[in-house]
Amino acid sequence: MDLPSPGDPQLARNHHQELILMEPLQQSVCRRSFLGQTAAGLGSLAFGSMLQAEQSSTQALLPTTAKAKRIIFLYMAGGPSHLESFDYKPVLAERNGQPMPDSFTKGQPIAQLQGKKLTCRGPYFKFNRHGQSGQQMSEVFQHIPKIADDICIIRSMYTEAINHDPAHTFMNSGTTISGRPAMGSWFLYGLGSETRNLPGFVVLTSTGGGQNQPISARQWHSGFLPGRFQGSPFHSTGDPVLYVKNPAGVSRQSQGNVIDASQALNQIRAGQVKDPAINTRLRQYELAFRMQTSVPDLMDVSTEPKHILDLYGTKGADGSFAGNCLLARRLAERGVRFIQLYHRGWDHHGGIENGMRATTKLVDQGSAALIQDLKQRGMLDDTLVVWAGEFGRTPMAQGSGRDHHIKAFSLWMAGGGIKGGLTYGETDDFGYNAAVDRVSVHDLHATMLHLTGLDHEKLTFRYRGRDFRLTDVKGRVIRKTLA
Amino acid sequence: MKMVQVIALLFACLPASQAREIKFNRDVRPILSNHCFACHGPDEKQRKAKLRLDRKEDLFGEREPTLLVAGKPEQSELYLRITHGDPEERMPPRKFPKPLTSPQVNTIKKWIEQGAKWEDHWAYTAPIRPPVPKAGKDLDPIDQFVLARLAPANLSPALATDPRTLVRRLHLDLIGLPPKPDVTEAFVTNPSTVAYTQLVDDLLASPHFGERLAVPWLDLVRYADSVGYQKDRLRDCWLYRDYLIRSFNENKPYDRFVIEQLAGDLLEGDPLEQRSWLIASGFNRMNQTTSEGGAQAKEYVAKYAADRVRNTAAIFLGSTMGCAECHDHKYDPFTMKDFYSFAAFFADVKERGVGYPEHTAMPTYADLDQWADLEDQLKGLREKTKDTVLQEEKDALNKRIAELKESITKISNSKKWPKTLVTLNAKPRTVRMLPRGNWLDETGPVMSPSVPAFLGKLNLGDRRATRLDLARWIASRDNPLTARVFVNRIWKQFFGKGLARDLDDLGSQGERPTHPKLLDWLAVEFMENGWDVKNLIRQIVLSEAYRRSSNHPSSIDLDPENRLLARQASFRLEAEFIRDNALAISGLLVPKIGGRSVKPYQPANYWFRLYNSGKYVQDKGDELYRRGLYTLWRRSFWHPSLQAFDAPAREECVAERPISNTPQQALVLLNDPTYVEAARIFAERIIGAHAKDLERLDLAFRLALARPPTKEEIGVLQNLLEKERAIYAENEKDAHAFLKTGEKPADANLNPVELAAWTSLARVILNLHETITRN
Repeated sequence: MDLPSPGDPQLARNHHQELILMEPLQQSVCRRSFLGQTAAGLGSLAFGSMLQAEQSSTQALLPTTAKAKRIIFLYMAGGPSHLESFDYKPVLAERNGQPMPDSFTKGQPIAQLQGKKLTCRGPYFKFNRHGQSGQQMSEVFQHIPKIADDICIIRSMYTEAINHDPAHTFMNSGTTISGRPAMGSWFLYGLGSETRNLPGFVVLTSTGGGQNQPISARQWHSGFLPGRFQGSPFHSTGDPVLYVKNPAGVSRQSQGNVIDASQALNQIRAGQVKDPAINTRLRQYELAFRMQTSVPDLMDVSTEPKHILDLYGTKGADGSFAGNCLLARRLAERGVRFIQLYHRGWDHHGGIENGMRATTKLVDQGSAALIQDLKQRGMLDDTLVVWAGEFGRTPMAQGSGRDHHIKAFSLWMAGGGIKGGLTYGETDDFGYNAAVDRVSVHDLHATMLHLTGLDHEKLTFRYRGRDFRLTDVKGRVIRKTLA
Repeated sequence: MKMVQVIALLFACLPASQAREIKFNRDVRPILSNHCFACHGPDEKQRKAKLRLDRKEDLFGEREPTLLVAGKPEQSELYLRITHGDPEERMPPRKFPKPLTSPQVNTIKKWIEQGAKWEDHWAYTAPIRPPVPKAGKDLDPIDQFVLARLAPANLSPALATDPRTLVRRLHLDLIGLPPKPDVTEAFVTNPSTVAYTQLVDDLLASPHFGERLAVPWLDLVRYADSVGYQKDRLRDCWLYRDYLIRSFNENKPYDRFVIEQLAGDLLEGDPLEQRSWLIASGFNRMNQTTSEGGAQAKEYVAKYAADRVRNTAAIFLGSTMGCAECHDHKYDPFTMKDFYSFAAFFADVKERGVGYPEHTAMPTYADLDQWADLEDQLKGLREKTKDTVLQEEKDALNKRIAELKESITKISNSKKWPKTLVTLNAKPRTVRMLPRGNWLDETGPVMSPSVPAFLGKLNLGDRRATRLDLARWIASRDNPLTARVFVNRIWKQFFGKGLARDLDDLGSQGERPTHPKLLDWLAVEFMENGWDVKNLIRQIVLSEAYRRSSNHPSSIDLDPENRLLARQASFRLEAEFIRDNALAISGLLVPKIGGRSVKPYQPANYWFRLYNSGKYVQDKGDELYRRGLYTLWRRSFWHPSLQAFDAPAREECVAERPISNTPQQALVLLNDPTYVEAARIFAERIIGAHAKDLERLDLAFRLALARPPTKEEIGVLQNLLEKERAIYAENEKDAHAFLKTGEKPADANLNPVELAAWTSLARVILNLHETITRN
């Protein structure tokens, strides 16, 4: 026989992929053979979660070291200026209007300022200290200062791509090459889903305050991972989930009749042919039918008391960032594993002073309210919240704005095993280069995975002969940021 | 019992089983590749101890201590190091995340004991026609090879499938559309080999054959109607899609097909044909491009170059050459130098680094055909004038000639032509090797075009190699990969999996073929038959292996992945064909071939995440009912119904789509207006054909599943009909609303309550697992 040997990771991989289609009994057989066969290579953690999503006993299989059970990623798309938000640079203020020293910029990638005179531009806002920790933030924020002691600010981020589209791809998938899985897909693949009524990876989008740079579906696509790990974009107008509403004139009862009849026929078929995919399909139709009520239920915020709506500063699920923050909490409560909120409004090439004010006004209160709300419900401990854009902005002026900048930017994280009240890392005096305790995007991913109990070096998927990781061949856990 | 059998099978294939001969390629190379090559493989920079285990000359060369002593593992350093008592000395090192298992160590031991025989990597040496085994009587070569593997495994093949399943399978595989009931019934009445062969030939001659084959090719070349990056503006290259459909329908030899796409702009010949070749050369422009403000042209020129190397190698060579952009390949002998020399072949492709891609006006194929016809007529008439003496006749001829000339002027007016992406060749740019792939670093050497060194050499003297040279090298009989890669992918279309399972990696990390000899036989046969694609497919579908039942419980238990091909496969249709199937069943399908991409129903605001909310102007009329492959493909947000069924973004080469099974798929089939409208038209079709419920049900099943319903199924559906009649009789308003879904008006002569109830029934049928599955 020319079958591969059971120790061959190829076999493990194929079982792994085909398991999705298998019935519980066959799963158990394969699982046994799988676990007996592969000590290394493909993460057995990931494997466990495949079963997990098919079965209902989800909690039991979460890694025991997990601090965070779910992630909410507040994605500040467009590139918020670190110099106007979390990274105070007095020296840059002193140098305002003077030429930017050549030693910084020579031979470095530059976006729209290519070939232009490079002049230092001091911060537009004053910075104040907040909370017992005394974390520094610019005066543009009114609400995030209230959660200063809950968040860990990282000021020493850097990235590799200087244009929005590839930089988003890099932040989401750890590479600028298209076709790789988004981080949400990796988390779902590694941890499975806790909900049986909603997708495990949900994406919401809001706009306003600056140029609305486009966001491609690539940013939440599962790439070469199986399609069920893909992010589901929710919409604030039309169907919240594509095709979730019954066709016009079709009552819930009639829809139920159609599904029942097709399930009955599928079951007859399952008795005639041996095709495990039929049973999976039966379950998917049940889930789809449940989603048809669970999604409207999720979106219906009429049960939220006024003080909660006021906390977020929203009237409900209206497509605003604040409304989406409220939905994020509701999604988290319902067991959604990875929730990503894009706000497309941070690309301030010009008029950054007013632009920062405008965008912040849309984002500030919702971000802070989400942390406060999760905290008062006891959910912040096991929910990791990340607030980050794809890059920062130049210390050099671009007229009244700032250009894209990849050598330094800031972000913050909270909850889920993160040390609150900590400022980590530093940039140089100009805010040009991340200088002390530098953190790459791979390091961020490694840390996030670590907090959910996953080892970034072991969470792999074999594709085209290579064991791919979210962190590629890099990444290290930033231990000092852990609680 | 079932479990016992499975475990028995697992034991039966343990590598340690005594009688088994250990083969280097099958058993040993995969272990070395996965566990050792990272530090002892092709990548020079990562290489430790100056030791290479991927080449014969290193593995068996002079070295102290000797790596391999045939027959004596205890004297072979390779074996001693992987079994060393001291964990610090033992290989792979402790910190390397892929330790060896004891069966793997044992395999290496046995291999040395048996003489440590080397084999070149199977895919890197030219295939030689293997002798056809004699496993059975009167069998085609394909079946001989398959049976030769089945017999020793004690697996008996499944029986031939029933004629209904077969006729449906053949239709879905060859044209991507279900059989018409009369075709099914004619075959059921006479399921002879002659009738089957005739059916095969009819379908191969169908103009829908080209559409079916184009779909996987469009995935490979990353065809899309938009540029990809950032704003993702729309672009036009649908003429290239027409080229593909036409080429498959004309049965263009595959070697020619390859050359026209890679270098059609460099071919010389008939001026009209040249236009078609130019359209084909649009292949080189399929990459993503950007026009984002602040993007640097130089960076993107480097990106496009890398994109072309990565994807061209994946498309034609099934190779993961993209890995060598920043370092030598870890597993296969591709070097960084190979990567950038390969990139240099494309240095003459005219393009903007940043900016909207330039388009070129080109005639459509309909125009080209007409133009050629006019030219022929003109030539004929000119000949005729020479022999004509009568003035009257001469005048008449001259008048006709003038008319023809005018028609030619009209049709050759490029201002009336649609625009498309083609390759225009320019002075080659300088291509440098980029250290670590860094485009800002200009210290690397200037590269001239050449093919990967370990795969051969172009002997051109001092002349700079061109894309045409590359194309000819790829499409040559000496290239060990090209035919194998293509034949393997075609096989997958007819069996659900390739003979080599990794359709896009025939390299060291790819899984070795389940039937290496069969793959080689098919590849050699294919080349010797003039790279004849239809002939290859004909051979496959005429085999007994192809015609077997997919429902074969004993082999499903013993060989769940069907590596031994005891049965046929059962798999869900691909996204486009799910749509096509529903439209065809209902009778809504507009079977027009080719042309501009179309915009079917799409959820409102689906593009809201793009600039200016990416306004989508839906088509009207016939264009709403075209086949899935014509749907406008916007890379940032490709059609959500296709996406739900695993259609890829078309940013990178995809050789095999995953087959997922998700709730979103159920929501699409239940609620997408495409399927609701198709259900209504389907209902009108069956109501219009018959008066009695049972007759209607019978027709519905024959249209959708090529079979009559069973009693049990009829019971379920009659029950549904009663319920739905009651619901809609009580709420006639709902019935009217329901029947308004879609742009085609409902048949006003039909009772709306009745039509609504039958539409519900039709929805059930369009949602069935069996309807979207090819068995």
